Parts: sequence; C-alpha cells; structure tokens
Amino acid sequence: MKPKPDLLNYAYCRMVILVFLIVTFMPLVSCAQGITSEELINNAVLYDGKQVVYEGEVIGEVMYRRDYAWVNLNDGSNAIGIWLGKDLASAIAYTGNYKAQGDWLEITGIFHRACSQHGGDLDIHARVIRKMNSGRQVKERLNTAKLNFVFVLLGVLCLALILRLLKNK
Amino acid sequence: MILRPNTEDIKVIGYYLGKVILGLGLAMLLPLVIGLAFKELNPILDFVIGCEISCVVGLLLTKICFTEKDLNWMQGMIVVSLSWLVATILGAIPLYLSGHWNSYLDACFDAMSGFATTGLTLVQDLDHLSYAHNFWRHLIMFIGGQGIVIVALSFFVKGISGAFKMYVGEARDERILPNVVNTSRFIWLVSIIYLILGTSALGIAGMLNGMRWVSAFFHGSCIFMAAFDTGGFAPQSQNILYYHSLPFELITVIIMILGALNFKLHYHIWTGNRREIMKNIETVTLFITVTLLFWITAIGLQQLGVYSGALALFRKGFYQFISAHTGTGYQTIYARQFLHEWSQLALMGIVVAMSLGGAVCSTTGAIKMLRIGLVFKALTQDIKRIILPEKAIVVRKFHHVKDCFLEDPQVRSALIITLAYLVLYALGALIGMLFGYPFLPSLFESTSAAANVGLSCGITNTAMPQALKVTYILQMWAGRLEFISVFTILGFFIALIKGKP
Repeated sequence: MKPKPDLLNYAYCRMVILVFLIVTFMPLVSCAQGITSEELINNAVLYDGKQVVYEGEVIGEVMYRRDYAWVNLNDGSNAIGIWLGKDLASAIAYTGNYKAQGDWLEITGIFHRACSQHGGDLDIHARVIRKMNSGRQVKERLNTAKLNFVFVLLGVLCLALILRLLKNK
Repeated sequence: MILRPNTEDIKVIGYYLGKVILGLGLAMLLPLVIGLAFKELNPILDFVIGCEISCVVGLLLTKICFTEKDLNWMQGMIVVSLSWLVATILGAIPLYLSGHWNSYLDACFDAMSGFATTGLTLVQDLDHLSYAHNFWRHLIMFIGGQGIVIVALSFFVKGISGAFKMYVGEARDERILPNVVNTSRFIWLVSIIYLILGTSALGIAGMLNGMRWVSAFFHGSCIFMAAFDTGGFAPQSQNILYYHSLPFELITVIIMILGALNFKLHYHIWTGNRREIMKNIETVTLFITVTLLFWITAIGLQQLGVYSGALALFRKGFYQFISAHTGTGYQTIYARQFLHEWSQLALMGIVVAMSLGGAVCSTTGAIKMLRIGLVFKALTQDIKRIILPEKAIVVRKFHHVKDCFLEDPQVRSALIITLAYLVLYALGALIGMLFGYPFLPSLFESTSAAANVGLSCGITNTAMPQALKVTYILQMWAGRLEFISVFTILGFFIALIKGKP
C-alpha cells in the first residue's frame, strides 16, 4: 500500500522553499528597506537595475542640469550620486559643507552599477525623495585653547626675530 | 675610509634647511587668506599656528647654523631629503589641528602624499572640510610638484652654485635654461600660466555643471593644482566622480597629460619648436606605452563586460588608465570597484601604467619615459648588433631635444633607477602581504604609493596598520626623490655613526 501523502509536510516544504526564494532573490527584485553605500558599492552587480532605498546627507551643492539635477548623498561611509528631477531637487534647502549640515534625505530609485545614460557612473535615478531631517547652518565657535596657543607662539616668534636681528647687528 | 661629517657640514645643511622651512611657513599664509575670505575662524588659527611654528624653527635654524659657505653635493642632497621630511611634519600641523585626521601620523601621511604629489588620503569627512584646509591640501601638491626646494630656490636663494645640487636632489637633472634659478623660475612661469588657463576652463565647466561661481572656481583651482602636478587630491570625497561631468573629465585629462610632459618640452613648444613633440623619445615612448597598455586594460574590461559602450569605456576605463599612467590618481569610480568589478588583466594594465609614469623633469613619479625609452633602445640596438654582420657599425642614437648618442653609462643609470623602482614596488607589496592583504591589491597600492600615483583599490584607509602607513610614507618619499638623495641621507647617518673624525 502506498503511503498517504502528508499534506502538512507538503505545505511546510512549500513554505520553506518560498521563504528561501524570498530571502535569496529579494535583493534582485528590489530593496524596500534602506541600503548602505558600502552594500551598494560592494554588491553593485547584484543591485544593478533594481529599485533601492538609500539615505544620506546632501553634500556639496545641488548641480542643476536643465530639467534634472545631480545631488551627492553621503551616508557616512561614501557619497553616491543621485540623478533626480528639478522639481524633486527644489525641496533641498541645505547642502553639507564646513558651515552647514545638509538635509538628510531618503530616496527611492533605480540603482545603476555603470549607468549607460551617464557614461558609466555608479548612480541612483531617484523617483521619490523624502526629507528625513532638515539641515542647518553650523555655528562656528572660536577655539580659545588654539587662540591662546597662537599668542604664546607669537611671543616665541618675536623672541626668535629679536635673536636674529641681534645676530645681524 | 668613511669620514664623519663635521660641524660645518651640519651648519650648512641646517642653514639651507632653515630657509626651506621659512618658505613653507610663508606658504601657509595663502590658505590663511582663503580662511579670512570665507570667514573660517578656527582654520585661520590652525594656519597661524602652523605658520608660527614653521617660522620659529626656520629662524632658529638659520640663526644657529648661519654660514656663508656654499653647498657641496652631499650637503645639497641631504638638504633636499630632509626638507621633504620636515615639510611633511610641519605641513601636517594645520591638517591635524582641523580634527579631520584621526592621528598625527594620518595627517603626516596626507602631507607627504600631497608634497610627493601622490594623492592617497586618510582624511575623514572630507565633505565638511573647510575651504582653507582644502586649499592647503591642493597647494602642497602644487608646491611639491614644482619641488619644495625649487620653491625656495626661486624666491629665497640668489644665484648660488649649490642650487644645482638641490635641484638634482629633487629628481630634476635637466636644466631648461643655463642658470638653475632661472630654470626654476621658468617652471613657475609655465605653471602659473597653465594655472590661470586651467582654473578658468574648469571654473567655466563647473558653472555649466550647475555649480555656483565661487565654488566652481575654487574647485577649478584646486583640481588644476592637483591635476597639473599629477597629484590626485580633490575637494570632495568622491574625487572627480562628484562632478558627474564629461567636459570636466576631458579638461582634467588634458591637464594631466600636460603635467606628465617634460618642462623642457613645454619650453620648446612655447618657443615655437612644435615638431619636438613628435620626435622626442619621451613623447614617442609615452604614446607607445599608452596605446599598448590601454589596449590590455580595455581587453581586461571587455572580458567581464564591465562597461557597455565606448563612452563608458572612455570615462571609466581610459580615465582611470590615463590617470594611472600620468601618475595623477584621479578617480571616477569607487576604490573597491577596481577589485569587485575589474578583471585581473585590467588591473595589471593599470599597475604597469602606474609603474611607468610620465616624462623626466615633469611632476610625475615612477620610472619615467626617458628611462624606458633608453633601455628599450639599448635592447634593440644590442639585438641589431647580434643580427648584423660582425663588421657592421651600429650607431646608437636617440632624440631628446637634440640628437644624442646612446652611451653605456646612460643606459646603466636608467637600468639602476628602473631596478630600484621595481624593488620599491615589490617591497611595499611584500609588506602589504605580510599584513594579510592579497597579492594584487598589495601590489596595486604599493605601486600607487611608490610611483606617486594615488589610485587606491581600498587598502588605504585610516584603519590600515600603522606600519603600513609608515611604509607608504617612506615609499612616497623615496619614489618622489628618485632614491639618490635618500641613499645619500642613509650614507650620512652611517658616516655620523661609523665615520672617522
């Protein structure tokens, strides 16, 4: 007599296979959760052409190119170029530099290992952007320890100059 | 019998070293002005401190070691090699004070990388670095590219005969004009004119890229200084990739090639002798090596289908390649893409290109085209001699500004330096492997450091072992000075210990 098929086991196996497939191939389809620049650069072939969610600080400046713009988003490890529409870019108020903390954006878009539209750049073409944190101007505080050191050294420098003048005489 | 250097030797060395240090201190006034212009308070203090320390050291040395004696060969060479080390230590002060370098060693690494026009960097959070510090990073490349001592020669030394010894010590053994001080001034003139043209071109390209005019021209001047002096620093962490611009990349390619040409060739082109560029052994050799090696690199890239289309191959493949061959180190890809995406053949193409470099009396490092050309000529002539009848006379000639006879001492000298470079590349790779890095990345990074290129495949970062940082610093130093003055200083210290009074 043939053994009766164990329906419960079938269902269990199917579920295991399904979970396995999802875990294995999910990154190939899209990455709905945030992904780091390290992961993108190190696994560029894997994510090529897929939708990704990436977040980081806008650094440098927004470079407008006709109806589009380039912004570079730094997540703390690397900065990645984001190609986005002019209308999306207009939401950016602060860009990171010595005197400012840039806006922290979350962008959803298509990742390219070597973008054919942009001469092989590793970039993301943004579809949606979300401002997670607004940037701000950074107030620079004068470092008084450095200032005091400047004056001490100035005294030493004056002494050295006097010594040199004496020598010349 | 080795003679121990006497007090007079040390005084002469100290005096001229003091002058170079004074020059360095005054150079720090330029980023200070930039800091004032952009109202950056703490960076101003960093440069005031750096300037003050340099001036104090310089003044004390010139006072204590005051002498009216001229330099001899040994002293000239030692002044040069010490100048580069002292400039690194002092030039690192404002960098370290900025807080963007994790340790003083890291700041020294970047200072040496700058002065030696290498371009490897350990800076943290570069995208938030001040204008003043960024300008200093690029300015030290400009100063280093011209030669630290040449700067001093041009502005602080009036026609001493010992100047030539220091000039040779900085790996510049060709005089363009009869007087070496005039030669250094000519080099400055060429550089300043190109600086104005290059900055304008890059500034305009930057504005067309959508940058504000202030930052476009600031970036333009920084990028020019690093490209013409085949350095490789850039104001942003993504290097040239930050700009996402073909015109910007094209302009930097032209500047990198200009920087890789012999200043003597520039002189001839400027004075109307344009045919020299077609005849000169260096440009001919450069053309051949660029063609051959790029062909190898392109095949390597095609093997894995890394870039589809000619434009991508140019902007990613050729750009990294020409940046490697000219010893610049500008990148339009991320460091780790080399290892993750490029084939081993393509990487070898880049490594060989890095190891060859540009012309002598240019701002590039590495073996250089004249030596490669001479060795190849000697080899072909020797083969001819074997093939031809015994009585046939083989005339060995080459064209370098004028027709010259190829003599054995020239070939021997070229071979010795070539061998020294190969040993230096191998040593660095070996040390990298001792720290657990694989062979090819170790060789890549070591060649990049020793040939003063600056391309990185990811080994150079602040977490790498301290000993490896020191190794790369020494490689950059020895590679930039082309060994002779480095060997002289080693001999000097041996003589101090073992020499007879």
